[in-house]
Amino acid sequence: MARNDFQGSLDLLVLKTLAQRGKLHGYGIVLHIQRASDELLHVEEGSLYPALHRMEQSKWISSEWALTDTNRKAKYYKLTAEGRRQLQEAEESFDQLVKGVRAMLEYA
Amino acid sequence: MPLLRRVVNLFSRSRVDRAIAAEIQSHIELRIEDNLAAGMPPAEARRDSLLRFGNPTVTRERVASADLALSLESAWSDVRFAIRQLRRSPGFTFAAIATLALAIGANAVVFSVMNAFILQPLNVPQAQSLYALQHGDEASGAESYPNYLDLRDRNRSFDGLVAYNICGVGLDTGGNPSSAWIEEASGNYFDALGLQPYLGHFFHAADEHGVNSAPYIVLSYAYWHSRFQDDRSVVDRVVRVDGHPFTILGVAPPDFRGTLLFFNPDFFVPLVEDQLLAGDDLNARGSQFVFETMGHLKPGVTPEQAAADLSAIGADLQKTYPKDVGKMTFVLKRPSLYGDFLGRPVRAFMAGLMLLTGLILLAACANLGSLFAARAADRSREVALRLALGSSRKRILRGLFTEAIMISLAGGALGLLGSVALLRALSAWNPFPGFPIHLAVNPDAEVYVVAVLLALASGLLFGAVPVRQVLQTNPYEVIKAGFASRAGKRVSARDLLLMVEIAICAVLVTSSLVAVRGLTRSLHAHFGFNVENTMVASTDLSMSGYSSDRVPAMQKRMIEALEDLPGVESVGLIDTLPLSTGGGGSIVFTDNTPDLRPTNAAANATFFDVSPEYFHAAGTALLSGRAFTWHDDKNSPRIAVVNREFARKLFGSAADPIGRLFRLRDGTRTQVVGIAEDGKYNSLTEYPVPVMFLPILQSPSTSTVLVVRSLPNRNQAPQLLGAAMRSALRRLDPGIPLDIVTRDKPMDVLLFGPRMATVSLGVLGAMGVILSLTGIFGMATNSVSKRLKELGIRVALGAKQREVLQAALSRAFKLLAIGSAAGLLLGILAARVLAFIVYQATPRDPLVLAGVVLAMLLLGLVATWIPAQRALSVDPGRLLREE
Repeated sequence: MARNDFQGSLDLLVLKTLAQRGKLHGYGIVLHIQRASDELLHVEEGSLYPALHRMEQSKWISSEWALTDTNRKAKYYKLTAEGRRQLQEAEESFDQLVKGVRAMLEYA
Repeated sequence: MPLLRRVVNLFSRSRVDRAIAAEIQSHIELRIEDNLAAGMPPAEARRDSLLRFGNPTVTRERVASADLALSLESAWSDVRFAIRQLRRSPGFTFAAIATLALAIGANAVVFSVMNAFILQPLNVPQAQSLYALQHGDEASGAESYPNYLDLRDRNRSFDGLVAYNICGVGLDTGGNPSSAWIEEASGNYFDALGLQPYLGHFFHAADEHGVNSAPYIVLSYAYWHSRFQDDRSVVDRVVRVDGHPFTILGVAPPDFRGTLLFFNPDFFVPLVEDQLLAGDDLNARGSQFVFETMGHLKPGVTPEQAAADLSAIGADLQKTYPKDVGKMTFVLKRPSLYGDFLGRPVRAFMAGLMLLTGLILLAACANLGSLFAARAADRSREVALRLALGSSRKRILRGLFTEAIMISLAGGALGLLGSVALLRALSAWNPFPGFPIHLAVNPDAEVYVVAVLLALASGLLFGAVPVRQVLQTNPYEVIKAGFASRAGKRVSARDLLLMVEIAICAVLVTSSLVAVRGLTRSLHAHFGFNVENTMVASTDLSMSGYSSDRVPAMQKRMIEALEDLPGVESVGLIDTLPLSTGGGGSIVFTDNTPDLRPTNAAANATFFDVSPEYFHAAGTALLSGRAFTWHDDKNSPRIAVVNREFARKLFGSAADPIGRLFRLRDGTRTQVVGIAEDGKYNSLTEYPVPVMFLPILQSPSTSTVLVVRSLPNRNQAPQLLGAAMRSALRRLDPGIPLDIVTRDKPMDVLLFGPRMATVSLGVLGAMGVILSLTGIFGMATNSVSKRLKELGIRVALGAKQREVLQAALSRAFKLLAIGSAAGLLLGILAARVLAFIVYQATPRDPLVLAGVVLAMLLLGLVATWIPAQRALSVDPGRLLREE
C-alpha cells in the first residue's frame, strides 16, 4: 500500500493516472489506482490530498473546479508540461528500482 | 509569481481553507453517491464514506501544511497561541522576560563599552596599522622633543610619526577668558593620520619653522559647536591663547575626538608652540614632556620589526647623549588608551566585567531553562491530552519554541532599550568637571545584532530544555496516572545549574562587599595630609599672562589675601596636588655620584614645589627638621624637605638624614632640612614613593594650588569660604580663571576606578541576587507542587511542621548551602584581583564574611517563603479528594 513514507511511488501513481486519464478529481484518482492495479493498491485520502497540493505548488499539475457527470462540484487536476517531464523521470527511476530489487532477489 | 501568490494566500487563509474543506467534502459525497449506486442504504453509505476517509480535520491540516503560505499563516497562529498561553500565566511570563531583560541589558552595556574602549580603535582612516610607541621598561610613551624628531626622521618603519602633548590653557575670544584643554600636535599630525578638515584647513609640517613659529588653532567639532555655535566665519579669526594671538585655521571632523580615548581636547595647536603655552624646553633632550608618539606602519612592516628599528635608534641616541638619554627601548602598542598605562587596567577590568556578565547570562538561561521545564511539567497533562487528540509532537514542540522565542525577543528588546538609555546617560556624563573626559559609548548596529543573537540563542537554548520531556510523554500513562511524581535523580542537571548560579551570586556578593568595604576604608585612610576643613583653589598663572618674576610676587599676594579671610587658619601653596593630578617625577643622585647620567640615578623621586606654610595648611606632619621660610629663595643655599621613603632610598635608614646632601637631575647640590611623613601621592594603591618638597622660591612654578585650612569647630559651610576666597582672589586680578573646591573633590579622579568597580560589582551582585532568588523560588515552588500529595499524606499521618518543611525544602537549602560556600571561596580568591583596583580590598574581614553569609541566608529565606507557606498550609483532606 502506498503511504506517505513512500512518497516517490505515490507521486508516480498520481502522475501516471493523470497521464492516462487526462482531467480527474481526487476521488477519481483513488478509484482509478484501485481499479488499474487490480485492487492491489489502496491510496489513503490522508496522504493523497497533501500530495496533490504539494505537486500543485511545484507546478507539476494544475487544478480547476468543474462539475461532475452527476452535477456535483469537484476540483479537477491535470498534468502540466513540467509534470510530464517529472513523470518520465519518475518512471525511469522506478524501473531502475524494480530492476535493482529483482536482481537482488534473483541473486543466488 | 508563486511568492506573491503565497503572500496573498496569507491574507486569505479562510478562502484557501474553505477550498480545501470543499474539496474534501466533495470527495466524501462522491463516494456516498457511488455507495448509493451500489445499493447501500443511505445511512450506511454515509458511514462507510466517512470511515474510509478518516479524520477530515487532520487531512485538512496536512494539506494546509503542504501549502507554504499556510505554514506561514500557521506560524502566525502559533505566535497568537503563544501570546495567549503566556498571558494566561503572567507570573511566569514576567519572571522569564525580566530575567532575560536583565541579562541581555547587562551584556549589551558591557559589550558596548568594550566595543567602544577596546575593540574599536581610534576614529582615523586605516586605524588597523596605527601603533603608539611605548618604552620597553615602563608603561609610558613620554619622549623629549629632540628625541621625537630623531625617531621621526631616522626610522624606516612608519609613514610619518606624529607626537602630541596635553595642556590646559586660557582662551580669550574677546573679553571672556575661560580655560580649555588642548592637544599640542606635531605639524604632520592631521596629514599623517589621514584626516580631512570639516571646515577651513589644518596646519601642516611645512608651517613649522622652529620654536613658537606656528600660532595656529584647529578647533574640535564639539568645541566649535559649543563655544562658537557652529559659526562658519571663525576661520581666520585671531583669538588669544594664554594672552598670545593665535589664528583659527579650521575645524576637525565631527567623529575625530583626539588621539587619547576619553580625553576630548577642545582644540589643537602645533607642538612647536609648547614653549609658549606650557613652558617646556623644546631643545632639551632630557625633558620628556611629549606625551605620546604614534604612526601608521608602512605596508609589510610588522610591529616587531618597527620596534626593533626604533630600539636601534634609541640605543644610538643613548650612546650619543649619555647625560640626557637613559635606556631607550620600544614596544608598539595600540594607541587610544596610552599603551599599557591605561590599556592594561581597562582591558583587565573589561575582561572581568565581560566574564561576570557572561556568567549572569548563563545563570539567566539556567533559570529560564528550569522555569520552562517546570512549566512543561505543569502542563504535562495538557500536552498528553493534545497528543491523545491527534496533535503531532512537532506541533507541540513548535508551540514551546514559539513561546521561548517570543519571551527571548521581548526580554531582548526590553534589555536593549534599558541599555541604550543607560549608555546615553554614560556618554553624556562628565565624571570629572574641569576635565574634558567623556566616555563616549554609542551603541551601534553591531551591538544590536549581538544582543538580538544572544537573546535568540538563549531563547532556543532554554526552549530546548523541556523537549525531552515532551518527546517522552506517553499520553496513555500520564492521563491514567494523573500527576506522575517520579522520584527525582539524586542530582539532576537542573540542580547543578542552580547550584552554579547560587555560587556565581555568592561570588558577586562577596566581591561587591569587599569592594564597598575597601572603598569606605580608603576614604578614611591617612594619605599623608588632612582633607578635613580644607579648601583648594587652583589656577595656572601662565593662563592669565604672568611670567618669570611676576609669578612669585603674585603667588605671595594671593596667599596673603586668603590668610586675611575670617576663619582661615593657614594657607599653603603647592604646584600640583598630591592624589589629584599628582606630582612631576625627576631622577636624583647621591651627593658623591661622579657621573650624572640617568643610569646612575639613586631614585626617581616625585617632587612638589611648596610654600613655607604648606605643611601646616595641608596637615602633613614634619617628623624632624624644619619647614621652609620665605628667606629660602634663589640667593640662599638649595634645600629640600623629603619624605621618609626618600631618606631611606638615598641615605639608608640608620643615619639621621637632616643636613645630608643630594643632587637634583641638573646636578644642583641640595640639603635636606626636614623629614615629612610618608603619604599617598599618585594613586591610592601605590607602594611608598620617594618624594621631595622644594621651596617655591627656589623652584618656581606658574601652576598654583592654594590649600586653605579653616579653623575647626566653626560651623562655616565650605561653600561660603569658597565664595569668600573667590572674591578675595578676584580683587587681586579679575582675569585669573579659578577652580575652587573642597580638598576631597580632586580625589574623585583617583576614586573613579574603585568607584566604577564597586558600582559595577554592586549592580552585577544585585542581578545575581535577583537571578538566584527567582531560581531558588522556581525550584522550591516546583518541588512543593510536585510533592503536594506526598506532603498531604505526611500531614495526615501526623508529621510536624518542621518535618514537612524539611521534606519540602531541604533540597533547596542544601543547594543554597553548597553553592554559597563554593561562591564565598571563589569570591575570596577573586578579591585578590580586586585589590589591584580598590585600595585596601581584603576578603579577610569578618564583616565581609558575616555579610555574605547573612545575605545568602536572607536570600534563601525570601526565596523559599512562599513555597514554605504553601507546604505548611497543605490540607490533606482536600488534596486527597481532588487527586
